[in-house]
Amino acid sequence: MTWLALGGLAVLAVLPAVLGPYALSVFINILFYAYLGQAWNIVGGYAGQLSVGHAAFVGIGGYTAAVLAAETGLTPWVGMLAGGALAAVLGGVIGYLGFRFGLRGFYFVLLTVAFAEVCRIVASNWERVGGAVGLYITFTGDPRQMQFQDDRAWYYIALALTALATAIVWGMERRRFGIYLTAIREDETACEALGVPTFRHKLGAMVLSSFLTGLAGTFYAYRYSSLQPGAVFGIPLSVEIVIRPIVGGAGTLLGPIVGSFILTPLAELSRAWFGQGGWHGAHLIVYGVLLVAVVLFLPQGAVPVLGRLVRRAAP
Amino acid sequence: MAVGLTLIFGVMRVVNFAHGDMMVWGMYLAWLLAARAGIDPYASFAVCATVLFALGWGVQRGLVQRIVDAPHEMQILLMLGVALILENLALLLFGPEPVRVRSALGALTWYLGPLYVDVARLVTFVVAVALTLALAAFLRRTDLGRTIRAAADNPYGARVVGIDVPRVYAVAFGIGAACVGAAGALTAPVLPFQPALGLSASVVSFNIVIIGGMGSLLGAFVGGLLVSVAESLGAVFLRPSLKELVSFSLLIVILLLRPAGLFGRRTP
Repeated sequence: MTWLALGGLAVLAVLPAVLGPYALSVFINILFYAYLGQAWNIVGGYAGQLSVGHAAFVGIGGYTAAVLAAETGLTPWVGMLAGGALAAVLGGVIGYLGFRFGLRGFYFVLLTVAFAEVCRIVASNWERVGGAVGLYITFTGDPRQMQFQDDRAWYYIALALTALATAIVWGMERRRFGIYLTAIREDETACEALGVPTFRHKLGAMVLSSFLTGLAGTFYAYRYSSLQPGAVFGIPLSVEIVIRPIVGGAGTLLGPIVGSFILTPLAELSRAWFGQGGWHGAHLIVYGVLLVAVVLFLPQGAVPVLGRLVRRAAP
Repeated sequence: MAVGLTLIFGVMRVVNFAHGDMMVWGMYLAWLLAARAGIDPYASFAVCATVLFALGWGVQRGLVQRIVDAPHEMQILLMLGVALILENLALLLFGPEPVRVRSALGALTWYLGPLYVDVARLVTFVVAVALTLALAAFLRRTDLGRTIRAAADNPYGARVVGIDVPRVYAVAFGIGAACVGAAGALTAPVLPFQPALGLSASVVSFNIVIIGGMGSLLGAFVGGLLVSVAESLGAVFLRPSLKELVSFSLLIVILLLRPAGLFGRRTP
């Protein structure tokens, strides 16, 4: 297993040498969304607390780094951590309120959506951070300002982030923390009865997940050199974050990555195909159909099924 | 329209994320009927309600019924998928530009002393109240309404006394969808709309239902009034673009302090 992971990493590391510019940008997206999915997976997959407001953390992270860079000249490499920290604070607040008041299932979903929407409205009304127009970052091409002439730099950052998040989740699975989270997902009442500190663990998962998601915000801001409230805080981005681990298999180590490898190229292809004919939104229909199909036929996601196939092929 | 949502949730504990998109379909249907057949939306809302009833019935029978016992999360995801399909199908078919339905009533205004009343809005309001009352009466007085409430209270018990629970669920889902269809057709002349409206409409109606109380018709109605008044006050005292902030803050407070809502009886 370890060899397989290292092998996969090695293949991904040399991949940019053979990719054209378009394929490279698709792969950056695959890795970026795999990273976001992995971050979400901690709280949404392992702990089973369905958050549909993770866009809030992307937005907070991106805005923090961009505003710090614009006003104090702080390099986004440090700003990224500050953004992650602030996102973690927000995650802590949402988690504290949600878990302290015992919101479960749909109520928790709605709480996260509401917080993300509040962030979006505040950001679009706060002139200091650009208001509804958003923030634009001047392109200088200076790596110290996290700007690159060459897209391959983004590829390696995305790869590093994905590897980092996956390593964290891998380590988590092997420690008491991860096992407790899974137990909480399966039967919270039983966990409480057995003396598992459910509140603390759910909160920890939320904070960790929002910190990692916040890092992605800076990546997003600097890769596209812009931040719009509707794009980074909106519900559509939250759905993008949630759907990959679900399709791949929520609460599995490889789920978000497999999900992203399935969905991102599919989204890009259908966007390119249907976009030519003026059929906008078609890739979202594909998402919708896939989501329905996964819920009905593969509620565990793709990874467990793939695992079974592999085991059958190689006994 | 929150009344429709509350019915679906109250009866089946299924969260209908596609609610707003169903409303948008109701609106486009009214628009099609008005543009192609020249039927005024205040007459065609019955047609829209019927079509949406069929859609709701179909979604329930074909999709939701298969996973009615699955955890809540799966249902949320399923309905999210349906919402994505419906919204973007509307986008494909009707395009992203906002459209507006013209109604003969749209231009009329009554002056009542210092107040002036927009007749179209007044009619929309009156019909909405009438539909809510009719639905409440239906649930309390008719046999079918009683079976719906029975299945909501205790699905197992309802099965024991011989109620075909899946059929009742399908009817309830259909009625819920029909309510939004009617609501869509009725608001179409008052409000310009586009496919992207669906998602925000869903979120607004969730606000209303949570604030009013899940599964309570009165709660849905009062919640609707409360949210619109709070938003209007917010628009006056803060800034128009901040008005949504008020309703979301209200939602968060209600979620934390009284998750069953103002009129909800059971705790979640």
